[in-house]
Amino acid sequence: MTEPLIRIQDIHKSFAKVEVLSGISMDVAKGEVVCVIGPSGSGKSTLLRCVNALVPIDKGSIVVDGQEVHDPKLDKLALRRKVGMVFQQYNLFPHKTALENVMMAPVHVLKQDKKEVEARARGLIKKVRLEGKESSYPGELSGGQQQRVAIARSLAMQPEVMLFDEVTAALDPETVKEVLLAIRELAEEGMTCMIVTHEMGFAREIAGHVYFTDRGVIVEHGPPKEFFSGAKDPRTRQFLSQIL
Amino acid sequence: MLLPFRLARPAEPVFSPTARWGLMLIVLFALSVGAAEAQTSAGQPGILATIWKWTPLLAQGFALNIAISFLAMAIGTAAGVPLGICQISLLPPLRGGSWFVTQFFRNSPWLVLLFYCMLLLPFEVNIAGHIVPIPGWIKSTVGLSLPVMANMSELVRGAIRSIPAGQWEAADALAFSRRQILWMIILPQCVKRMTPPWMNLYAILTVATPLCSVVGVSEAMTLTRDALASEARNELLVPMYLYLLAAFFVYCYPIARATQALEKKFAVK
Repeated sequence: MTEPLIRIQDIHKSFAKVEVLSGISMDVAKGEVVCVIGPSGSGKSTLLRCVNALVPIDKGSIVVDGQEVHDPKLDKLALRRKVGMVFQQYNLFPHKTALENVMMAPVHVLKQDKKEVEARARGLIKKVRLEGKESSYPGELSGGQQQRVAIARSLAMQPEVMLFDEVTAALDPETVKEVLLAIRELAEEGMTCMIVTHEMGFAREIAGHVYFTDRGVIVEHGPPKEFFSGAKDPRTRQFLSQIL
Repeated sequence: MLLPFRLARPAEPVFSPTARWGLMLIVLFALSVGAAEAQTSAGQPGILATIWKWTPLLAQGFALNIAISFLAMAIGTAAGVPLGICQISLLPPLRGGSWFVTQFFRNSPWLVLLFYCMLLLPFEVNIAGHIVPIPGWIKSTVGLSLPVMANMSELVRGAIRSIPAGQWEAADALAFSRRQILWMIILPQCVKRMTPPWMNLYAILTVATPLCSVVGVSEAMTLTRDALASEARNELLVPMYLYLLAAFFVYCYPIARATQALEKKFAVK
C-alpha cells in the first residue's frame, strides 16, 4: 500500500478555550477527492487551514507528502507550494488584474521566469474558461469569475493538493455551476482535492470519500453512495435530512 | 490651534471649509472695510488702498507658510509611514515603541511641540567643519512635522488594519513572506484609502502654520502684525486679519474640495 499524500492523525485545535478540532484523523491518497461536510462551526474550515499551516495545531500530526506540518522548523514555502487553497471570499488582490493575480506568486515567491509564468498563467485562465478577462480587475468580474481566477491563481503554483473552503457559498446560484465545473475538471485530471462544501449533490458525484464532521470530530465517513443512502449515526441523518 | 485630546478609536479631524463659508468671509470683509472706512479720518489713504499696499509683503509671508506646510508635510509623511508600519510589527518592543511615539506626538498640543523644537534644536550645526545656521522657520517646520508624523502613523496603521484579513490569508497560502505581503499586497491597497485623509491632514497643517508667528517666524501672520504696527491705525485691524483669513481660505478650499471628490470616488468602488 502506498503512503497517503496527506495523513492527518488525531489533531486537536482550540481557539481561546473553545476546542474546534477534537481528535480528527484521515488519510487522503494521491489523486483522491475528499469532501468534508457538516454543520457550520464544526471545524471544517479550520481543518483545511491546518493542512497548509495557516492555523497551527495544538496536538497531533499532519504529514503532507512526507513533510510534518506540525513542526517548528517547518519550511512553510515548501509546504505551501505543494498545497493550494481557494477561499469562500475569493480574496483576489483587487489592485491587480486577473492575469497579474495568477502570475504574482510564481514570479515573486518561486522566482520563476516571468515569460514562462505568463504563458502558464494564460493557459490556466483559458482552462477556467475566462479567456479575454486577463486584464480585468477583480472588481469588474462576477463572483463566479473571481472564484475561477482564484482557482487559476492557486494552480499557478503547480500544487499537488488543492483545498477548497466552501468556495461556492458566497456565490449566486447561476455562477455556482461554472465554479463546480472547474473543480470537477481538476479532479478528473487527477488532482488531489480536499473540499469543504455544502453542495451535497456535488459531493455525491465528485467525492471518492465523504467525511461528516460535527463539534470537532468525524462522526461518520465512507464512499458517497453508502454515506448518502445509508448513514448510520443519528447526527448524520439529521444533518442530511435538513440539507437534502 | 490645539488638536483635541482623543481616547480610543478617534475620529479623524475633518477640515472642510464650504463655499458658503467663503461667501461669508467676503461679506464680512466687505462689511469690515466699510466700517473701517467710516472711521478713517480725512486725509488718510483708503482702507483697500492700504491693504493693497501691504499685499506684496503679506504674499511673501504667505509663501513662507506654504513652504513650511510643504516641507513639514514631506518630513511628517516620510517619518510617519515607517512609524505606522512599525505599529503593526510582530516585535513587541518595536510595536510598543512606535505606538508610544505616535500617541505622544498625536496628543500633544502643536504649539507646545513648536516651542520645544525652537528651544531644543541648536541655532547652528557643525557639519564637517562648516558652521551651518538653522533658521527659525526650519526649526518650526520640524516642530510642525512631529504631529503630522504622528497623525500619518495612525493613518497608515488604520489603513493597514482596514484591509480584510482574507488578503493576508490568501497571500499567506500562496507562500508570500510577511514583508512581501505588506509591500506588494497590503500597502498598495492602502495608498488609495489614505489619499483623502492625507490631503485633509495637509489642509489642517496649512491652517496651523500661523502658529509659527508665536515663535518669531516671519510668516504671513507675523508680517500682518508688523504691517498693522507700522500703520498704527486701529480701524485696519479687523479688515487686515480677515484679508489673511481669506488668503488661507482661497488656498485650502480647492484642496478640501478635491479631498471630498476623491472620497466620493473611492467610496463608490
